[in-house]
Amino acid sequence: MTAEKAFRNDGYAKVSGRAAYADDFSVAGMLHMVPVYAEYVSAKNLRVHTEAALASPGCVRVITAKDVPGRTHFGQIEKDYPIIAVDRVRSYGDVCALVLAETRDQALAAAALVRVEAEPLKPVLTVEEALNPYAPVVPGYGDTNIVVEHKLRKGDPDAAFAGCELILEEEFHTQTIEQAYLEPEAALCVPRHDGVIEVYGSMQHPFSTRRFSAALLGEPLSNIEVYTIAVGGGFGGKDDTAACVCARAALGARLTGRPVKMTYDRAWSFRESYKRHPYTLKYKVGVTSEGRVMAVKATMYADSGAYLSVSPWVTWRSTAQCFGPYSVDNVHADVYAVATNNIFNGAMRGFGAPQVNFAVESLMDMIAAELKIHPLGLRRINMVKQDSLTVTGQKLDKHVVSMEEVMNRVVHDIGYRKKYEQCSFGKAEGDELYGIGLAISYRGASLGAEGMDFCSCILNGQYDGSLLLETGIHENGQGSESAMILILAEALGCDQKRIRYRRPSTSNVPDSGTTVATRGTIMGGSAVMAAVAEFKALLSAHLAERLRCKPDEVNFHDDKIWGLNYEYSLSWEEAMRELYLQRVTPYAFGSFKAPDVSWDDTNGQGDAYFTFVYSCQAVELSVEKKTGKVKLLNIVAAHDIGKAINRAMLLGQIYGGITQAVGMALMEDFKLEEGKPVAHNFDGYILPRSTDLPPMTGIIVENHDPASLTGAKGIGEPAIELLAPAIANAVYNATGIRAKSLPIKLNPEDLA
Amino acid sequence: MNTLTINGADYEPSDEELGLTLMRYLREKRFLRGTKNGCEQGLCGTCTVVVDGKPLRSCRSSVEKNLGKSIITIEGMEYPDGSLHPIQRAFLDSGAVQCGFCTPGMVMSSYALLLREPAPDREAIRKALRGNLCRCTGYQQIVDAVELASRIMREQDLPVEAGCLAHDR
Repeated sequence: MTAEKAFRNDGYAKVSGRAAYADDFSVAGMLHMVPVYAEYVSAKNLRVHTEAALASPGCVRVITAKDVPGRTHFGQIEKDYPIIAVDRVRSYGDVCALVLAETRDQALAAAALVRVEAEPLKPVLTVEEALNPYAPVVPGYGDTNIVVEHKLRKGDPDAAFAGCELILEEEFHTQTIEQAYLEPEAALCVPRHDGVIEVYGSMQHPFSTRRFSAALLGEPLSNIEVYTIAVGGGFGGKDDTAACVCARAALGARLTGRPVKMTYDRAWSFRESYKRHPYTLKYKVGVTSEGRVMAVKATMYADSGAYLSVSPWVTWRSTAQCFGPYSVDNVHADVYAVATNNIFNGAMRGFGAPQVNFAVESLMDMIAAELKIHPLGLRRINMVKQDSLTVTGQKLDKHVVSMEEVMNRVVHDIGYRKKYEQCSFGKAEGDELYGIGLAISYRGASLGAEGMDFCSCILNGQYDGSLLLETGIHENGQGSESAMILILAEALGCDQKRIRYRRPSTSNVPDSGTTVATRGTIMGGSAVMAAVAEFKALLSAHLAERLRCKPDEVNFHDDKIWGLNYEYSLSWEEAMRELYLQRVTPYAFGSFKAPDVSWDDTNGQGDAYFTFVYSCQAVELSVEKKTGKVKLLNIVAAHDIGKAINRAMLLGQIYGGITQAVGMALMEDFKLEEGKPVAHNFDGYILPRSTDLPPMTGIIVENHDPASLTGAKGIGEPAIELLAPAIANAVYNATGIRAKSLPIKLNPEDLA
Repeated sequence: MNTLTINGADYEPSDEELGLTLMRYLREKRFLRGTKNGCEQGLCGTCTVVVDGKPLRSCRSSVEKNLGKSIITIEGMEYPDGSLHPIQRAFLDSGAVQCGFCTPGMVMSSYALLLREPAPDREAIRKALRGNLCRCTGYQQIVDAVELASRIMREQDLPVEAGCLAHDR
């Protein structure tokens, strides 16, 4: 597919090498900070000896927990994550000291001289061990390793199973996955003359970074100013740990009075940063002979690792979306997050959905095979339609439910029906087995009932006709700033060249939450529209007289501001000059609050999300009998994202999400041995490369969403959450082998 | 010969600098920070520069080893007037840029490819970029970009050589 011209406000900087990421900044007098790891997986009575390090050439200071003026521990939900460990070590990623020196080499040399002692404890390394009632309790804040428990109760599955033709009981496993952003964590913190610490960090949540930093310093939020700079990818992974890196550098800057840079290498990043939760998923599904799913019982265990992070939210999404985009009357789900001494797990693009979708979309094909019903037909019978009830009892009547439309688009484009008939199903003359597979999903947009969901926008018109725009949404590389500029230009009918996205600062735009959950476009775009409404009202009131019309007759298009019947118009330069002469500030603040959602903890019922994105992805592949190697041949994806804002970037999100899902399906596996990461770099942790991907086609379905002020929803996470089961289904259709754990590994012996 | 040519200009590294990796020298001594450090072990390709027409992982090669050679970094790709090289332009127009951290290395690997093979097919482009990881884009629009750049340079008869070498422009 030929790419259409893309718009990016940071494009020139990024292709010319000018874009500055955290490690690209230098300030005169800057110190370098490096972490010292506690080197235990679980231990108590931690003692840190710093004398030798301090005597090392160039070493300026060694910071340990006793130097912390504020909280040593923090977190997004539970304040259990050690920014600097004290007494107790709970994971191999725990940092117990920070070494500051004049150069990075000196800091590294001094850090090697910090001596750490502790009394090792028996670590808890698997969910099974953690669930044993006699297991050591890992968390410091509770008395059990079961740190999260969500339940969903709808109807009576046990009674419904009795009337079912087919009952399937299956168990699935998914692996630990590293977000693997190409830029490791880094921060530069600069103490300012007025007492503020400025933070330039590689992080995806400036407000979270500010909270971590202020907590460690024991200072008010207003003392920390976090700026947005170029970030080399995040994918959910640059929150807690990246915020900690910034907070540590901020502490170093506060304690020494000098600028401090802390840059992570890949091994530290792999060791310390949180990953995607591995899941064990157990399903019991009851189906009638016609293929109607009557009852579902699901039990899931997510390994939370040593710290809680956002495990409650990740597993909540798994609960609310526990049986894919299907309407089922009788569903019980129990979803647990369990603490172990493994490296902790937190947010990653997809956030509790890719694991569930792997199980559910595999199950749908397994049911179809058992009942000898076409997999597409089985999905059609059970999928949500207009006004359907979801498993949480939510009626889908406030937006276009396009699940079937989206699936049809993919089926038609790839020629699914015909190609399905051509699958090898384990039998082929030659050395190659062929298969096609598909999966569908729906994804609750934005946070839903998981958290407070609102966003703000500032429009600051300048007296020469240029405009400054800022929102609470953060540019992680996905192109959010460009999308906001395009939304504003369209809404004001002005040339996008008038608009500059102001470099956001936590001291300027109000805290608008995290740029996660595919909420950038829907929440940020809606905030822009809210500000535009204020801005237009202000301009109309003050320009109507010049335009010889009433304020409500003023309109904005073709880069001008117009009165009635195109008789009078003002250029933006003239309009802004007019406001100046009237002593009016062309400034507007807009805020968008997400539509109401609801959730009842006791039964997992409620309107979980204010809207949904509908998706379907299909894949063709071949399997080499001799080696079991899977070769992808073709991928087609369709997503109903409401409205396209920046088409080329939208397609880029689809292709990128698909590629991460290819990694999940076939390659990536962040293994821990005795709680320690096996991989330290990209030779041990394998990512998809350019030669691993087939041609991809992205189909954009646009049913404008009434809940979004632009009509647009989002694409980040829908793109990653369903290709792994599509690949598993294609592998089955090729080989007759059903993969129930990820990544998929095929034994050549089984293919003979 | 104790000289290193970087983007057309000659430098004489000090004895101390000779032992540095080329990546560190470029980033820390020459402040050419478009060359990125993603893994420091030659695995991710973000530090790729072009040395005597061939792609090189600058994190795995010392300054000393590159004496007497001509190095092009991402900063050397644009023309002296600040206009972009067709490869850079094509990356923009094709939507090949998201976070941008892989972009300099991708542009440099693409440049080395097009120097060697002005009209590569998509398979050849994918092979040439195999050493460069990208976690954002899924590579498709990057392949589109290299194809587009190749087509535009051939159609408009533009030189492949880096902008910093085009003194007559």
